[in-house]
Amino acid sequence: MKILVPVKRVIDYNVKARVKADGSGMELANVKMAMNPFDEIAVEEAVRLKEAGVASEIVAVSCGEAKCQEQLRQALALGADRALLVETTVELQPLAVAKLLKAIVDREAPRLVILGKQAIDDDANQTGQMLAALLDWPQATFASKVAVRGEEIEVTREIDGGLETLAMTLPAVVTTDLRLNEPRYATLPNIMKAKKKPLETLTPAELGVDVAPRLATLKVEEPPARKAGVKVASVAELVDKLRHEAKVIP
Amino acid sequence: MEFDVLVVGGGPAGLACAIRLKQLAAAAGRELSVCLLEKGAEIGAHILSGAVFETRALDELIPDWRARGAPLGVPVLRDEVYYFPHESNALRLPGFALPKTMHNAGNYVISLGKLCRWLGSEAEALGVEIFPGFAAAELLIEAGVVTGVVTGELGRAKDGSEKPDYQPGMALKAKYTVFAEGCRGHLGKALIERFDLAAGRDPQHYAIGLKELWEVPAERHEPGLVVHGAGWPLEGNANGGSFLYHGEDNTIAVGLIVDLNYANPYLSPFEEFQRFKQHPVIRRHLAGGRRIAYGARAIAKGGFSSLPKMHFPGGLLIGCDAGTLNFAKIKGSHTAMKSGLIAAETIFAALEQDRAGGRDLVEFETALRASWLYEELYAARNFGAALHRFGTLFGGAFNWIDQNLFGGRLPVTLHDPEPDHMRLKPAAECAPIVYEKPDGVISFDRLSSVFLSNTNHEEDQPAHLKLTDPGLALTVNLARYAAPETRYCPAGVYEIVEEAGGPRLVINAQNCLHCKTCDIKDPGQNIRWLPPEGGGGPVYGAM
Repeated sequence: MKILVPVKRVIDYNVKARVKADGSGMELANVKMAMNPFDEIAVEEAVRLKEAGVASEIVAVSCGEAKCQEQLRQALALGADRALLVETTVELQPLAVAKLLKAIVDREAPRLVILGKQAIDDDANQTGQMLAALLDWPQATFASKVAVRGEEIEVTREIDGGLETLAMTLPAVVTTDLRLNEPRYATLPNIMKAKKKPLETLTPAELGVDVAPRLATLKVEEPPARKAGVKVASVAELVDKLRHEAKVIP
Repeated sequence: MEFDVLVVGGGPAGLACAIRLKQLAAAAGRELSVCLLEKGAEIGAHILSGAVFETRALDELIPDWRARGAPLGVPVLRDEVYYFPHESNALRLPGFALPKTMHNAGNYVISLGKLCRWLGSEAEALGVEIFPGFAAAELLIEAGVVTGVVTGELGRAKDGSEKPDYQPGMALKAKYTVFAEGCRGHLGKALIERFDLAAGRDPQHYAIGLKELWEVPAERHEPGLVVHGAGWPLEGNANGGSFLYHGEDNTIAVGLIVDLNYANPYLSPFEEFQRFKQHPVIRRHLAGGRRIAYGARAIAKGGFSSLPKMHFPGGLLIGCDAGTLNFAKIKGSHTAMKSGLIAAETIFAALEQDRAGGRDLVEFETALRASWLYEELYAARNFGAALHRFGTLFGGAFNWIDQNLFGGRLPVTLHDPEPDHMRLKPAAECAPIVYEKPDGVISFDRLSSVFLSNTNHEEDQPAHLKLTDPGLALTVNLARYAAPETRYCPAGVYEIVEEAGGPRLVINAQNCLHCKTCDIKDPGQNIRWLPPEGGGGPVYGAM
């Protein structure tokens, strides 16, 4: 079974993201980028399925600027077999990415697509669902456990108040939650080997996909700074403030 | 794994060395494998410098750097130098009153982090195997010869057990290993001890440099303006100086350098820096702007008289790991790069003669002595010692005479024989220093500052800051010196917590900025900085 793992290049989770001075978007110049952590979990799950003998090949795919190669190399170092980059400098929105991934699925014919439930930059949480809809495949989002049995896949999801287990027939789309697994470290020899694994570059035009943005960003601003607290001298003063200033009690 | 040459550290020295090696190999039509390890999450992540950059070494390394798009920021257009008598007034020193070495025409205001990232991409394009996120943890020494390093292990839990994703360290062997870890590298320190490289030299002297990056409104920004200062707030308590550089993209780099030979344990370099920014001469540059980055790093500034022997069997010690900074110019990047170039040329020639490697490259010393690097360091040899011995004013006058009239060739060599950590006086003999609370506009507290360094360490790992004798933290550091580590640490790593059973030292290792100040300044040399899990530490953007 072939698994497709889409990975996204995002601002590193350690970096304190900041809005550009002109409010047009996030500052990306001189900012460390990394693989979206949820996608890293997706890569790890695919690698584990391969180690368990369930999967035969793992193809990592990323869409965006040429530098996304760094994240694809990371996926290859973690255990993916080969990589595809759909290269474009156009700002990619979830629908465009889903369409690109659909075109890749048509080309590669994987039985399973595993990807992060969302990316930590825009937190859209849409690509996996849109892809499933475009493919007309079953989907299981927010997976915290995945088990493949023949032509069936069982996915456990964390929902409010408990766990939900879904069974689907392959092919299917699964999006990963934080608790699915803990990704391994890329070792030095594997990083070296990854440099030699195949990485193919495509363009949206070659895939016949129009990636023009459908949404316009009007303005990005930072949340207002939290005001400093005050010390109150008595319970009566606290109650008074809660009632008259904060107006949270009648 | 085996390589021809292994370089430890992806700063200007290490990258210059790796690039030169590959250039020489390509020119001679030789295969040469060069591996470079960097403990930061990416090249540049742990790089912090002012920086005003002199291009001399870069001109030699990549003559067409301009055409190749080296990020050299903006040319220096104007130099201002001040002496601050106290917190509200300033004396602007005219150009002729300054030591020649302090003139910056022809230099550039750069981000050294950006330059290193560019050098990293140049190195990779030449075929250097660069591995960021891997620390060189230990030396590999066989029969008295350095044969490589062992990388840090990954996935060990705080309690010492192995986590499911545990990866042991890996031996990387090389015919020659070049150590370019920067100031007070822990392997450099071990090499100096093991091979007695500092015998007959003055002890190394250090400073801590604290730096912030500000974004200011375009109308208040003067690209290429370089401001240096001395005096307040340090005068009387410590030596040091300040800088403020207008770089590109409406940014200003502002920083304070505090020499680590200060005596009063109540001194807090971080808070001195915060109050320094309140000086009207400095404040007016920052007003209306926002702080976007913070960091700190120790600096090796002993210069010529403190420079250890840089060669030993199987390898070389270069850049700030040895201490090649030119204090008279307050610049170390071009000299670090030059030491990398000489190292590469020495190693390549040695491998051409004998592919086996592992020799003590004594000819490095000869090449060094014949280079402009040696000439520069020799001319600057008295600069720091004069300031330490005679103070800013008279030391400055000595330096003016030495540098401007004699070109650094005054026939005396001043020495500074006392190590910095020995200079700390007991707290009982010193007056506590009261620092004002930060205003949240120009001055800030430690934790909100550390936040802007993007520092992070995997939480479940053993602390990488070790006390040789944990008991001394209270019996000596606290009782005698009022816990100076809680003040000189720029990241709030060390905290004395009062508990029912008495005070206790808490080490918040995850805040660490890898500046190495604690390893240097601890009065009993009881704190050891060791590399944490690779990829940990600050993630500087354009510092």
